[in-house]
Amino acid sequence: MVKPSSSSSSTSQDALALINSLRSAYSATPTTLKIIDLYVGFAVSTAIIQVVYMALVGSFPFNSFLSGILSCIGTAVLAVCLRIQVNKENKEFKDLAPERAFADFVLCNLVLHLVIMNFLG
Amino acid sequence: MEASETSNGTTLRNAFGNVLSFFILVLIGVLAFSIRLFSVIKYESVIHEFDPYFNYRVTQFLTKNGIYDFWNWFDDRTWYPLGRVIGGTVYPGLTLTAGTLWWLLNSLNIPLSVETICVFTAPIFSAFTSWATYLLTREVKGSGAGLTAAALIAMVPSYISRSVAGSYDNEAVAIFALIFTFYLYIKTLNTGSLFYATFNALAYFYMVCSWGGYTFIINLIPMHVLMCIVTGRYSSRLYIAYAPLVVLGTLLAALVPVVGFNAVMTSEHFASFLVFIIIHVVAFVYYIKGVLTPKMFKVAVTLVLSIGLIVCCAVIAVLVALVASSPTKGWSGRSLSLLDPTYASKYIPIIASVSEHQPPTWPSYFMDINVLAFLVPAGIIACFSPLSDASSFVILYIVTSVYFSGVMVRLMLVLAPAACITSGIALSEAFEVFTRSIKFQLPGLPGISPVDAGETSSDSTVPLNEAPKTDKSGETLKERPSRKNRKKEKEPVEKPSIKSQIEKRLLVLPFEGSILAIFLLVLLGAFYVVHCVWAAAEAYSAPSIVLTSHSHDGLHVFDDFREAYAWLSHNTEVDDKVASWWDYGYQTTAMANRTVIVDNNTWNNTHIATVGTAMSSPEKAAWEIFNSLDVKYVLVVFGGLVGYPSDDINKFLWMVRIGGGVFPHIKEPDYLRDGQYRIDSQATPTMLNCLMYKLSYYRFVDTDGKGFDRVRRTEIGKKYFKLTHFEEVFTTHHWMVRIYKLKPPKNRIRGKTKKSKSKSSATISGKRSGTRKNPWH
Repeated sequence: MVKPSSSSSSTSQDALALINSLRSAYSATPTTLKIIDLYVGFAVSTAIIQVVYMALVGSFPFNSFLSGILSCIGTAVLAVCLRIQVNKENKEFKDLAPERAFADFVLCNLVLHLVIMNFLG
Repeated sequence: MEASETSNGTTLRNAFGNVLSFFILVLIGVLAFSIRLFSVIKYESVIHEFDPYFNYRVTQFLTKNGIYDFWNWFDDRTWYPLGRVIGGTVYPGLTLTAGTLWWLLNSLNIPLSVETICVFTAPIFSAFTSWATYLLTREVKGSGAGLTAAALIAMVPSYISRSVAGSYDNEAVAIFALIFTFYLYIKTLNTGSLFYATFNALAYFYMVCSWGGYTFIINLIPMHVLMCIVTGRYSSRLYIAYAPLVVLGTLLAALVPVVGFNAVMTSEHFASFLVFIIIHVVAFVYYIKGVLTPKMFKVAVTLVLSIGLIVCCAVIAVLVALVASSPTKGWSGRSLSLLDPTYASKYIPIIASVSEHQPPTWPSYFMDINVLAFLVPAGIIACFSPLSDASSFVILYIVTSVYFSGVMVRLMLVLAPAACITSGIALSEAFEVFTRSIKFQLPGLPGISPVDAGETSSDSTVPLNEAPKTDKSGETLKERPSRKNRKKEKEPVEKPSIKSQIEKRLLVLPFEGSILAIFLLVLLGAFYVVHCVWAAAEAYSAPSIVLTSHSHDGLHVFDDFREAYAWLSHNTEVDDKVASWWDYGYQTTAMANRTVIVDNNTWNNTHIATVGTAMSSPEKAAWEIFNSLDVKYVLVVFGGLVGYPSDDINKFLWMVRIGGGVFPHIKEPDYLRDGQYRIDSQATPTMLNCLMYKLSYYRFVDTDGKGFDRVRRTEIGKKYFKLTHFEEVFTTHHWMVRIYKLKPPKNRIRGKTKKSKSKSSATISGKRSGTRKNPWH
C-alpha cells in the first residue's frame, strides 16, 4: 500500500530534481549556444507544424511538402552541427575556429537551400 | 639544437616523401589509364557490347540537342509502339560527364568526336578511382597503405573488365563516385568538418546520378553508423558525418528524375531514416550525459530512454505502415534478389536471364581479384589493430561486398575496391614489419633512433609509409592510439625513445626470415601484375561487337554485327521496325538507326514476352504476332557456323520462359526432350517447328551438306525446310546475323492451300479476310 505511493513520490521528486539540475546546467551554457538552441527549436517546431498540417490536409503537392519538411529538418541538423562545433566543452573541436565552423555552416546551408529551391516549383 | 635538427630532417623527409608520393600517384594514374587501352590497340576505338551503345546514343543526343531537350527526350525509336521516356528513366551521370567533357574540349578548340570521348571516359575515370582509393586508404591507415591500394586498384581485373576503353557504361564513373563518397564520409568522420560533409553529400549526388548501386552507399553508411553506436564509438563527429548526409543526400537524390520520390518512398532508403532517428536519440542522450552529473544522469536515463523508445516505436510503426501500404512492399526486384538470392529465379525470369545477375563461380573470384583474395583476411586483421572508426568502416565494407558479390557476379565490381583497400593495408603493414625487423638488425645502426635509421630500405613504398605519417601526428582528433605517432612525438626526448626501441625490438623478426618474406611478397606482387596485364590484354578487351579467333591458319576477324547493322541502315526504310531478342535492341537503334520492339532496358516484361512468344511459336503464329507489331524485319544471331556460343539458340530457353510467364500456351517442357535442351534429331517437334529454329537453320544444310552445328556440336534435327511467311533478305559473311523480311499477306495466301487457310485462327487473318480475294490468287 505504502510502497507505490512512496515510489511514485520519489519518482516525481527525482523528476523535479532532474529538471532543476537540467535547468541549472543549461543556464550555464553561453548565450551564443542558447541562440542556436532557439533556432533549432524554431526549425523543429516549424517541421512539426508542417507534419500536423500534412496529416490534416494531405501531402498532395508532395514536392512542396518534401522540400518544406526537409528544409526545416536540414536547418535544424546543420544548426546542431554548428552548435557541436562551436561548443567550447567539446574537446574534439578545439582547433576548429568558430569562424571556420560558421563558414562551413553557411556553405552547407547554401547548398541545402539551393536544392530546396529546385523543389518549390 | 639536436631537436631542431631532427625536426628539420623530418620536414625535409616529409617534403621528399610528399613529392615522391605525388609522382607515384601520377604514375599510378598513367598505369590505370594505359592498361585499359589494350582494346583500342588490339581492335579499334569502338564502343563495346550492348549498354554502351545506348549510352553513346544518349550522349550523341545530348551533345546535339542540349540539356533541356535531353531531359524531355521521348524516344520513339524503341519499344515500338510504346516508346520510352529516356530523360526520366536513365541515370544521367555518365552521359552528362561525357557530354561536359566533350563540350569542354570543344570550347578549348580540341575537336574530338563524341565517340572518342565516350571510348576514353572509362579509362580516365579509372585513374580518378585509383586516386580516390589512395585518399580513402590514407584516411584509414596512412599513405603507404594508400599508395599500395591505389596501385592495386589501378589494375585489378574485376574493375578492368568494366572499364576498358570503349566500355562506356555507368559503372565506369560510378566506381569512382562510390569510392570518392566513401572517402569524403571517412574524411568527415575523422575531421568532423561540415565542409567535407557538404562535399560528401555532393559526391553522393553524383553517385545517385551515375548508378543504381547508390543504394549500397545509403545502406552501408547507416550500417556503419549503427555499428559505431552499438559498439559505443559514438562521437559528435559521427553525427556531423551522418545527419547532414541523410538530409542533403535525400534531397539531392530526389532531384535525379529516375530516382525522384523513390528517395523517400522505397524501402531501400528507410534504413537511413531509421538510423537518422536513432542517431538523434543517441546524440541527445550523450548531450544530457555531458550536462548532468553521473548520479542525476542515472535518473535521467530512465526518463529519456523511455521517451526516446516511445518515439522510436511510433516512427517505426509509421514506417512499417508506409512500407505495407506501398504495392511492392517498397522493394525493387533487383534489391529483393540481393537479399534473397533465389528470389529472381523464382519470380522474375527477366532478371535471372541476364548472365551478369547470376551468382559467380569460385574460379571467377580468382580470375577477378587474384591474389587479393588471400590478402584480404590479413588486411582485415590489420584493420583491427588498432580499430578506429575508419578501419571499422573498411571492415564493414569488405564484409558486405563479399556477400553481395556472392549473390550477383556483376557486384564483384563493388568487391574489387574493398579487396584492394584491405590488401593494400595488409601489404603495407607486412612490408613495414619486415623492413623494421631488417633495420634493427643491420650492423652499425643500433644507436640511431628507429625512424631516422635506414629509411632507404628495399621497397619504394616503405619510406613513404613512414614519412607522411608524421603529418598525422598533429591530427590528434583521430584519437587513434597509434603507437608510431606517439613514438615520433617523443622522439627528441631520450628516455622514451629508448623505451620505444625496446618496445619495437619485441616485434622484431629474424633477419633472414624477413628478407625472404619481403622477397616472397614482391614475387606475389609480380605475379599479380602479370595476371592483371594478361587479363587486361586477353580476357577483358574484346569489344564483343568485333570478334576474333586464332586458328592454325592465322587470325580471323568476325565483323558480322556491324555488317548486318550497316545493311539495315542502308537497305531498309527509315521507319521500318526490326524485331530481335532484346539483347540487340540497343545496338540496332544506335548503329542501324531503326526502330526496335524491345531493347536492353527491360522495363516492360509483357512486351519482351510477346517477342519471346513470337520466337517460340510456329511460323504462322509468329508472323501474326510480328505483323500486329508492324514489324518489317526479324533479326536473329546465329553462331552455329563459326562456333559463336552466345547466340539466340543458346538464349532460346529464356525466350520460352519469359514468353511462357505471360502467355501460358508456351510451355517450357514442350521444347525439352527428357529435360534436355537439344536441337538434333531427338528434339521435340515443337522445338523443330518454332520460328527461332527455322530462322537460325534455314538453308544451313547448304553450307556443309550435313548441317553440323559447331556450338551445339551436333547435326541439326530438321535439315530441309522452306519458309512460307518469311524470306531471307540478308545473311552476313560468317552467318552470325541473319535478317528476314516478313512476307506480305498476299504471298501467304498464294503459297497456301485453301485447307490451311480455313485453319488460320488469329485475329489478324480474320480482320484481313477482305484482302484474300486478291487478283493474284
